[in-house]
Amino acid sequence: MRVTQGCFSFLPDLTDEQISRQVQYCLEQGWAVNIEFTDDPHPRNHFWEMWGLPMFDLRDAAGVMMELKECRKVYGDRYIRLSAFDSSHGWESVRLSFIVNRPKEEPSFRLERREMAGRNIRYTTTSYAADRPEGRRYG
Amino acid sequence: MDLDTAPMTEAVNLRDELETVGIEEILSQLDRELIGLKPVKTRIREIASLLLIERIRKRMGLASEAPTLHMSFTGNPGTGKTTVALRIASILHRLGFVRRGQVVSVTRDELVGQYIGHTAPKTKEILKKAMGGVLFIDEAYYLHRPDNERDYGQEAIEILLQVMESQREDLVVILAGYGDRMDKFFASNPGFRSRIAHHIDFPDYADDELLAIAELMLRDMNYGFTPDARAEFVRYIALRKNQPLFSNARSIRNALDRLRLRQANRLVADLDHVLTADDIRSIEASDVLASRVFGKGGKSAEAG
Repeated sequence: MRVTQGCFSFLPDLTDEQISRQVQYCLEQGWAVNIEFTDDPHPRNHFWEMWGLPMFDLRDAAGVMMELKECRKVYGDRYIRLSAFDSSHGWESVRLSFIVNRPKEEPSFRLERREMAGRNIRYTTTSYAADRPEGRRYG
Repeated sequence: MDLDTAPMTEAVNLRDELETVGIEEILSQLDRELIGLKPVKTRIREIASLLLIERIRKRMGLASEAPTLHMSFTGNPGTGKTTVALRIASILHRLGFVRRGQVVSVTRDELVGQYIGHTAPKTKEILKKAMGGVLFIDEAYYLHRPDNERDYGQEAIEILLQVMESQREDLVVILAGYGDRMDKFFASNPGFRSRIAHHIDFPDYADDELLAIAELMLRDMNYGFTPDARAEFVRYIALRKNQPLFSNARSIRNALDRLRLRQANRLVADLDHVLTADDIRSIEASDVLASRVFGKGGKSAEAG
């Protein structure tokens, strides 16, 4: 099952050329583009790990693409996303984020129904991939 | 190549091309604002012409590999290396050989870390900031410390070399430094020498060029020599040049700053005098003559 999170995730995967154009747009808006990766695809997992340091004051997308290439070399089997952080007053948060790398196979999510008192049902979703320990979930 | 969709330009009017790019303007500005430096200007003109032709070739479909544009500027202190680097960046930008045209100016401090594992992220951060523009490394020979083989400078050099080779279309690296030490630096890092296409040597200024520089600087600051002061300043240059630690245009700028100081002091000393704009603008012979260079004590390095 294809994980859809962030921008563009209902489109076919972006090519490097397209990624680079998006990054350039972000930089021109004055946002800092950062690289994050994880192997826990749960939609409520907000704590992705950061690749390297935050990248402020870049002018050209080539710098981000260079880091992305490095990151793919090491964590090519995991989810990698780019997030664009707007540091201007009043925003101070992420303005755009999109997935740029995903595992070859994405096992879907298990839906658990927990029966509560009075015929109530609580739902929980768990990724099949998350059954295995961190770092050995994909491939 | 698909001939139906990509009609190729057959003929190009060189004059139109030059005008649309607008580098002629920058080149003539370079001629006007930078005094002397004949070989440097000639070389920059050559590079600009090559790039212009390269641009046209690309449009005609006569593809060739992107030219290597990394440069090294060698010359004594104060010969205008940094100023020229800034101009080169805008020339390259106009011709489309760098995408953004910014100049990131660094020295060893900003590239080399203080402990193991600190250097690579630091160097890469600077490289990323310089992507799409020009990375200007001042006093590049400090990167290499031959007396300490575990110096982290070597690591920075390796990362630089790798990016200079693999991302030639993303950034241009300019190394600058004093001639003899750069020669030693290149001798111990042959990788650098071969990856740099243009070695440009900045000559020292002649006396009359230094005078022209002084007058240009004064004009920019809205000052001017009186004829007497000008004659004394010619003498000053000749004397100052033979003193130790003379650094060309930079010494001239420092001398002018001290002239302004003495002129202000002279004006303030006579409180009853009604000043005209001319009084405030003009630097008198006595301001120049008060310099220590004319006295016996002209030993100290940056003596007034």
